[in-house]
Amino acid sequence: MKYLHLIWAALFRRKTRTILTLVSIIAAFLLFGMLDAVRTGFDDAGKSAIGAQRLQTGSKLSFIQTLPQALDAQIAQVPGVKSVGYANWFGGAYQDPHNQVFSFAVSDNYLDQYPEIDVSPDEHKAFDNTRTGALVGEQLAAKYHWKVGDKIPMQSTIFPQQDGSKNWTFDIVGILHSKDKKAGGFFDQMFLLHWKYFDDSTPYNRGTVGWYVSRVTDVNQADRVAKAIDALSNNSDHETRTQTEAAATASWMKQLADVGLIVSSIMGAVFFTLLLLAGNTMMQAVRERTSELAVLKTIGFSSHAVMAMVLAESVLLLLLGGVLGLLLAVVVIGGFRAATGGGIPMAPVGADIWVHGLLLMLVVGLLVGALPALRAMRLNIVDALAGR
Amino acid sequence: MLNQLKDSPMLQFSAVLLLLVVLLALWMLLSRQGRQAASVTAVGVSTLRQRLGMSAVVVVGIAGVVGVLVALLAMSEGYRETLSKTGSADTAIVMRGASASEVMSVLDRASVTLIPEAAGIAQDAKGRPIASPELVVAANLPIKGGSADDEGSVQLRGVGEQAWAVRPQVKIIAGRTFTPGMRELIAGKGATKQFAGLEPGHQIRLGSQLWTVVGVFASGDALDSEIWGDAGVVADTYRRGGSRASVTVRLSDPQKFEAFKTALESNPQLKVDVDTTIDYFSKQSEGTTQTIRAIGITVGLIMAIGALFGALNTMFAAVASRAREIATLRAIGFRGLPVVVAVMLETMLLALLGGVLGGLLAWLLFNGYSASTLAAGTVGKLSFELKVTVKLLWVGVLWALTIGFIGGLFPALRAARLPVTTALREL
Repeated sequence: MKYLHLIWAALFRRKTRTILTLVSIIAAFLLFGMLDAVRTGFDDAGKSAIGAQRLQTGSKLSFIQTLPQALDAQIAQVPGVKSVGYANWFGGAYQDPHNQVFSFAVSDNYLDQYPEIDVSPDEHKAFDNTRTGALVGEQLAAKYHWKVGDKIPMQSTIFPQQDGSKNWTFDIVGILHSKDKKAGGFFDQMFLLHWKYFDDSTPYNRGTVGWYVSRVTDVNQADRVAKAIDALSNNSDHETRTQTEAAATASWMKQLADVGLIVSSIMGAVFFTLLLLAGNTMMQAVRERTSELAVLKTIGFSSHAVMAMVLAESVLLLLLGGVLGLLLAVVVIGGFRAATGGGIPMAPVGADIWVHGLLLMLVVGLLVGALPALRAMRLNIVDALAGR
Repeated sequence: MLNQLKDSPMLQFSAVLLLLVVLLALWMLLSRQGRQAASVTAVGVSTLRQRLGMSAVVVVGIAGVVGVLVALLAMSEGYRETLSKTGSADTAIVMRGASASEVMSVLDRASVTLIPEAAGIAQDAKGRPIASPELVVAANLPIKGGSADDEGSVQLRGVGEQAWAVRPQVKIIAGRTFTPGMRELIAGKGATKQFAGLEPGHQIRLGSQLWTVVGVFASGDALDSEIWGDAGVVADTYRRGGSRASVTVRLSDPQKFEAFKTALESNPQLKVDVDTTIDYFSKQSEGTTQTIRAIGITVGLIMAIGALFGALNTMFAAVASRAREIATLRAIGFRGLPVVVAVMLETMLLALLGGVLGGLLAWLLFNGYSASTLAAGTVGKLSFELKVTVKLLWVGVLWALTIGFIGGLFPALRAARLPVTTALREL
């Protein structure tokens, strides 16, 4: 540690070169941070402590098939089920059919299944008492400048009303806030309306629900409860498939894209290039300091000490660039999340990404420094000083 | 039309580039300074071998950028092409008004009988209108290579006999077609690769029912990712009664589309939207194509910044190592311009090499590579192949040259500005 000053001075001996190399390293780690955030976002989707207590029951046939609402009372009777709510996909869009909104027609107790969503008691009550009421996530509200008390038009791309009109009108009565910002980006995008109002108003639903959400009393019993729920409809024309929320989400994400493969291919290309680039810089740096290194050895630095110093220099180079790159990634990802409102699964740069990143910096730094360090170690004082 | 607009800036860019190359060649041949530039470039290029490691940084760095960029753009291109190939200008799709996609549309029995009566629909040999009422739903099936519980969603299309007349590109390639009224399925070629148990002769479970797979079809487009069965039986399984999702018709003449559309949309008994299938499928692919493109360009840009600074580094070093040589040239009367041109040309040559290498790698590794995603507007996994087109390779080369240009410019300027006396004294 006491040689830090010396290593630092060696690193910035040629300022232009070091700074140019640093920018390349920053770019590489910026990309690493962003891609790893997407990967983690996909991996972690649906993985939360409360999510593990929730079961999703949908039609076994397919996710677009609906289930009879009568199942609600039966599921509630299954031992181990604390409470059950249900929802239907509404397919809402605001102003333009392209502005799709995650809108669900939900049972009155739907929010009770999601203790991680915050709604003020007054607003919750207002929702209960307003037939055409809607609760909207805070990011969604901010995006379209909605506020409590607004009456907003909404199109449904799936369900017309009795008169065939696709236009629905809702009163915004409250705002949803997710308590856990990291996992809950999705809740801030939701638009909830009453299932009862929905079912009464469209001729296409006829008392059916899209899926049930139930909470179990004991997480360890989740599998047994899931089987018991599915047993209710065995051999009927509406067989169900019950999964934990985590398993259901993971299966969706996997179908959406093989993110792991894409990310690792890109990172492979990036780090191969980086290795070559930083390796070259270090090689040059050592080559041009040959005589200085010889002087160090002459005044008593051991061969191993010289090698360690060259290695330390390359690791320091990578650490400097890498940490700056990841910091930049934090800023950029923050911007992305704010701009898309959590629309794409992108985790904030958390501890795990930092750990991955730091390990990578260390490994790349050692690899990059290995050859020049060996060269420095094997340096023969007499030859080096003579310039041979 | 839209495509031409998108292409035009690139075409202009290419034309300007070509013009520049021609002008440069003429200048090098005809003027004194040009000949000087040519000889300095020749010296630079011939000594490249001595700077192999450094030069490799430029080539490999740019190859990485171009490879990743081209691969990601090929993904977006493959996706777009698969969907747009599915449609044609002489077939039209009729759905309930305000439905974003087939699977969200419901047409009642009355509409389904009314639509084929409209004018402008082609007729088959027996004089019946070529109109195919279809039902589009999804089915959960086990994923190939996954655990028993690993289920994915596949789009299931219930069709009648006219489906084949509407889509002549669909061919049975194994087994036979389903028998109307039976619980039999045929699977698209893409679907058989994604899901387990879709080989002819196998049985699969849809909910509580057993269906037999009797054949495999190929169409070379998005339909390849679907499975088909008899519309009536599918409607039964999914409790849809006499309703259908859409009616696809073959127009007697693409020109008649407007009349056909107006007739249906103004009919007070119907509440439908009419689109040509090419428009419908292009619209479906738009969002995802744009997203993949945006990701490709973002990743490409960040990588390009990294490679650009790598190139700068290399060329600064190259100029520094040749400082004496350059100063000597200037001392014996060479002007600054030939030196600038020579350094720039050398960088761009390396960049070109990197661009070609990267494009070639992307083509070798990813052309025809099959990927899949949950497509917008459908309810099943859509498999598609990455398409590395000549146009994309050209885009890659343009990126490479741009990086090379900027990466060479500053070192070149420094080389030209180097005061002759100090440079000669140094080293």
